[in-house]
Amino acid sequence: MEMTQQGGVSEAKRGSGETSGARQAWRRYKKNKLAMFGLGFIVLLVLISLSAPLLAPHSPFNSIKNAAGSLDIMAKPSHEYLLGTDSLGRDVFARLMYAGRISLSVGIVSVTISTLLGVLLGSIAGYYGKWIDSVIMRIVDVIYCFPVMFLIITVSALLKPSIYNVMIIIGLVSWTSTARLVRGEILRVRELEYIQASKALGVKDFSIIVQHIIPNIMAPILVQATLMTADAILTEAALSFLGVGVQQPTPSWGNMLNEAMSIMVLRFKYWIWLYPGLAILLTVLSINFIGDGLRDALDPKLKGRK
Amino acid sequence: MQKYILRRLLSTLPLMVGITLLTFLIMQITPGNPMQTMIDPKISTADLARAQERMGLNDPMIMQYFRWLKEIVVGNLGYTIKTGQSVAGMITERLPATLLLTVTAFLFSFVIGVPLGVFSATNKYSKRDYGLTVFSFIGISVPSFFFGVALIYVFAVKLNWFPTSGLATINMAGGSFDIFVDKVKHLVLPALVLAMPNLAVIMRFTRSSMIEVLTNDYIRTAKAKGLSERTVKYKHALRNAIIPVVTLFGISIPTLFGGAYITETIFNWPGMGSLGIQAITSREYPVIMGLNLFTSLLVLFGNLTADVLYAVVDPKIRLSK
Repeated sequence: MEMTQQGGVSEAKRGSGETSGARQAWRRYKKNKLAMFGLGFIVLLVLISLSAPLLAPHSPFNSIKNAAGSLDIMAKPSHEYLLGTDSLGRDVFARLMYAGRISLSVGIVSVTISTLLGVLLGSIAGYYGKWIDSVIMRIVDVIYCFPVMFLIITVSALLKPSIYNVMIIIGLVSWTSTARLVRGEILRVRELEYIQASKALGVKDFSIIVQHIIPNIMAPILVQATLMTADAILTEAALSFLGVGVQQPTPSWGNMLNEAMSIMVLRFKYWIWLYPGLAILLTVLSINFIGDGLRDALDPKLKGRK
Repeated sequence: MQKYILRRLLSTLPLMVGITLLTFLIMQITPGNPMQTMIDPKISTADLARAQERMGLNDPMIMQYFRWLKEIVVGNLGYTIKTGQSVAGMITERLPATLLLTVTAFLFSFVIGVPLGVFSATNKYSKRDYGLTVFSFIGISVPSFFFGVALIYVFAVKLNWFPTSGLATINMAGGSFDIFVDKVKHLVLPALVLAMPNLAVIMRFTRSSMIEVLTNDYIRTAKAKGLSERTVKYKHALRNAIIPVVTLFGISIPTLFGGAYITETIFNWPGMGSLGIQAITSREYPVIMGLNLFTSLLVLFGNLTADVLYAVVDPKIRLSK
């Protein structure tokens, strides 16, 4: 009983602290023009992706037959096809919007996986130290030696290429930097007095980590997760570009760009590859702007640290 | 110094074990153990058992690992499933092209990145600094395949300044100088694409390092002594600002080798990366794993070199412990 009451009080306190902290952070964030641009673009992208079925003038999966009954292949951007059609006669604009859904969900799901893994393993390593720490950190070192792209391509060659596998692979391979970060932060926080006090009071390790340590290192974890979402979207695009990621006919910005490997498309049909490329660039750029803005806003001390 | 290098060497041993173990474990889950694929599927069960026994497939995993390791140490990375070519041979054949590309990209990223970073720092918060900041964000955000395709479109297709792909013009006529120029022309675009993300990170890192150094007391002292702004910035500050940049040597290596996969594919560059992509399309697992092992050991070695180099330039590391 006493324990739950205490928990309630501290929770309430933390809650109120968070709102004023969040308000301050928001005030700092708003001043960053690039970060505001990023936020605006991502909000727009989310809205477009959510309403893709309503907005898309044509099916993103099927080739379009024109009035004469033949396929409209590689049609130029026009009133009918806002951004033209691809080499199979599918509407580029519709595919672009549906691909946005894929990219965003891959980014969010894979980063959720890698962040959970990274926080879990990082806090175990940092909190318990000794041999557990050595084992986990050596695993991290080993994974660091494999260029991430190599590792992901290898694993995706083993599994059947699908959007779910792409999410899982990216998640499983990219937890190492979060683990390093969390471990470092925990080493810093571990010896602080309030943690020592909780230990002396007999609070369980798990509760100390979850209730007292993690909330304290939430800011860098959040920043890291944001920046990793940008990386995950880039990785998904690269995998799909190489043909081991999202498979046709499901549209992905990466597999749409693959058509540019044909010199004919590259030379004469710019609309097929230019727009998906710009979409990836703007999305990743915006998320990186947001991550950078968050870093400065959440912890002014971190400013300038990469 | 020697003690430091020795300690650093020893610490790579467990990592080497880890890398080989991970490679071996991934190979175990590849469909059809490479050894198993050499057995004719039509033979009787008794014969199959004997064949498996002969190849040691019934031994405990750990025994198989050591036997495999022994082969790796003498340089045998296995043979391809379909054509029976030596994987080690294929990799060494492709290595020079990849090294040419990655080393050039490495040079590009430092030779361009560091001066831009210094310029940014010395013009802190100016319009030009702001512009370079946006540039560096684009550099880490642009997908290499899009950047590559866009460069080909602009500089190869439209302007015709550079060739679209390949290592060199086949059967080129002309003197050795012409051949050299031709090679350089082929190298510029892919190296730039590969260098871009690395260049952007180096630029940001140099900028913050330089800004930090410029706030030090000894800089103020140097200025108070009446030294010119130029001398203080480029002689006193830059020397110390550049030291931490050396740590990026090590980080660059996996980025560059990983990036080579895509860059080589776009530019049809006959290196290890395009070999890897071919291996993936044709499901040649021995080649994929051979490449994985080879690159990760290369990265390990590269990190070791970077750390030693860092100790050479920074006396604080060399003398501590």
